[in-house]
Amino acid sequence: MKPPKPPGPMKALATALPVFKFRLYAAEDTQNSTQAFANILAICKEHLADRYEIEVIDVLRQPKRALQDGIRMTPTLVKLAPLPMRTIVGTLTQTQRVMTALGIEAVPA
Amino acid sequence: MKGKRPRLIKVKPPEKAATGVPGFDAVTLGGLPQGRTTLIVGGPGSGKTIFSLQFLVHGARVDKEPGIFVAFEEAPARIEANLEHFGWNIGALVPKRLAFMDAQPTADLLHSGDFDLGGMLAALGAQVEKMGAKRIVFDALDIVLSLLPDAAARRREIYGLHEWVLAHKLTCLMTAKAGSDDTTSFGLQPYGFMQFMVDCAVMLNHRVVQGVSQRNLRVQKYRGSGFDENEAPFVIGDRGFDVAITGRLGRVERKVTNERVSSGVERLDTMLGGGYYRAASILITGFPGTAKTTLSGSFAEAACNRGERTMFVSFDSDSNEVVRNLSSVGIRLARHIESGMLRMISARTIIGSAETLLVKIKAMALAQRARCLVIDPVSTLSRAGNELTAHGVAERLIDWCKADRITLLCTSLLDDTTNDENGSTPLQISTLADTWIHLNYLLQSGERNRGISIIKSRGMSHSNQVRELILDHAGITLTDTYTAGGDVLMGTLRWEKESALHDADVIAKAEAQLKSLRLDAEESELEARLKNVQTELAAKQVEKSLLAHTAMNRHGDLRRSHERMKELRSADASLRAPPPVKRK
Repeated sequence: MKPPKPPGPMKALATALPVFKFRLYAAEDTQNSTQAFANILAICKEHLADRYEIEVIDVLRQPKRALQDGIRMTPTLVKLAPLPMRTIVGTLTQTQRVMTALGIEAVPA
Repeated sequence: MKGKRPRLIKVKPPEKAATGVPGFDAVTLGGLPQGRTTLIVGGPGSGKTIFSLQFLVHGARVDKEPGIFVAFEEAPARIEANLEHFGWNIGALVPKRLAFMDAQPTADLLHSGDFDLGGMLAALGAQVEKMGAKRIVFDALDIVLSLLPDAAARRREIYGLHEWVLAHKLTCLMTAKAGSDDTTSFGLQPYGFMQFMVDCAVMLNHRVVQGVSQRNLRVQKYRGSGFDENEAPFVIGDRGFDVAITGRLGRVERKVTNERVSSGVERLDTMLGGGYYRAASILITGFPGTAKTTLSGSFAEAACNRGERTMFVSFDSDSNEVVRNLSSVGIRLARHIESGMLRMISARTIIGSAETLLVKIKAMALAQRARCLVIDPVSTLSRAGNELTAHGVAERLIDWCKADRITLLCTSLLDDTTNDENGSTPLQISTLADTWIHLNYLLQSGERNRGISIIKSRGMSHSNQVRELILDHAGITLTDTYTAGGDVLMGTLRWEKESALHDADVIAKAEAQLKSLRLDAEESELEARLKNVQTELAAKQVEKSLLAHTAMNRHGDLRRSHERMKELRSADASLRAPPPVKRK
């Protein structure tokens, strides 16, 4: 999907639109984690079409991974790309706030 | 019905996990409940983090129980650096026996919607398994709780955490801030429910009384165990947390000794029947200037001369001044200071609660390995703001010295207003002391003289007499006093009495000598006379024998001349013997 406006002189350098890479640390199928996954998926589907990847890590199954990555609260969503990295904790219910934080521009309806 | 009867689940009373905090383990009869949760609540700077880390360090080092420190408020590296000066050598324990987990909510962390601590517990679970942890500390749990949207969520997470701790059989310590130092109102605070959940709750408070900081610790509850319910003063000293407790009932009695130690003044030793007892507490009371410090210095010098390490704490003056002043009365401490046998501490500048002073004195005495300790004067402990605690501190000081077999000599300044001869001391420690020596002034005919008397001395016979104490360059002398007409004579009066006696003695001696001379003269006169008479007698005898001799001679001569005449005349037969001369 292309942005509606033609690219400016600076943005012309970026040939392709970035792919968003997310990692969601979840605690099995607890309510908070399920909700968070559903919320991020909805945002991605609506605004990023196929430019996204979501990796889900279950901290209860991979506690060592949680230890290594310094995950304290679940659910935690980490945006790995594009930079800068961002971390959001919680069920991601406030959609507008989450999108601003992640740098996702809304697709005009 | 068989097998359906409800059974009571048997739960053993909690085993204790020692905290390594001196005093606290005594207050709680062993430490924190093992495999359960303890909450420690206190205001800012009340020592929560220090206490909890000390608990982990002790576990890791002494009890072979590895521990995890979960830091919500401060970066682990900073905690480690801040507590480095306690000498716990935390670096050596990390990461095998002690692990830090940084659980600070990062500044760029965004919150959106509800969340839980599942991730942390999962990560912690991995860590517990990795190191076989037995202890865990959640420092500043209130930080993470404050991020949760509502009370229900907080409650849910705390109970979740509690369950997790129990399931992993960890001894858990959680710290939380108290909104104010008034810990009694804690139940009304946002996280008050935690207090009901945990098995043991400890309150720390930090008050300022008349400008002096006082720290207190109180165990509020302890399920399944007895504990000391009173507030116990505590101090954050050089080695960490230190809770002050006095001796408890039923502790092991100490060995006592009959060994005597010299007071440094020979006659005082004699008055005490040999000196102070080893490990006794000696109290010297007196008004300012009654030579309390001098007697203390004399004791310290004697101890050093015996080769016993000694510490001298002076609250009144600088240690160099003390040394100089004492050298003027022949007490030489400088060489003992140089050799390290004696340590002088000037505590004039130390400001703090009595408890702090005690902890500092204890630490320094331990470092000096002191066998004798002088505190001059101990009444300083009760200065402003400390009246409430000072008595307890003095008690603990004596108690501690006895336990460590340190001979303690403390002086106590008497209030000028107490004119009582046996004035009570400000700290009422006179009842605790084993030996109480009282120094006072005696005002008499325009003089102020020092008197020394022994008010009590447990377990030894001692002199009942008041002696005069004289200071001069040679040292301390105790002299006999004279009693005349019910008054004790001191100073010049004593001197006058002494010199009068001395004069009388001289005169008596001279008189005796004179008399003896006179008798000698008479004797020799008589002897001379006797000799004269004897000579006369001898002369008479000689004269007498001469006379007899002469007479006999004359008689013989006469006879011989008769015979010669006869021969010459040839008248009679010459062979016939002449007729015997008729005696007249």
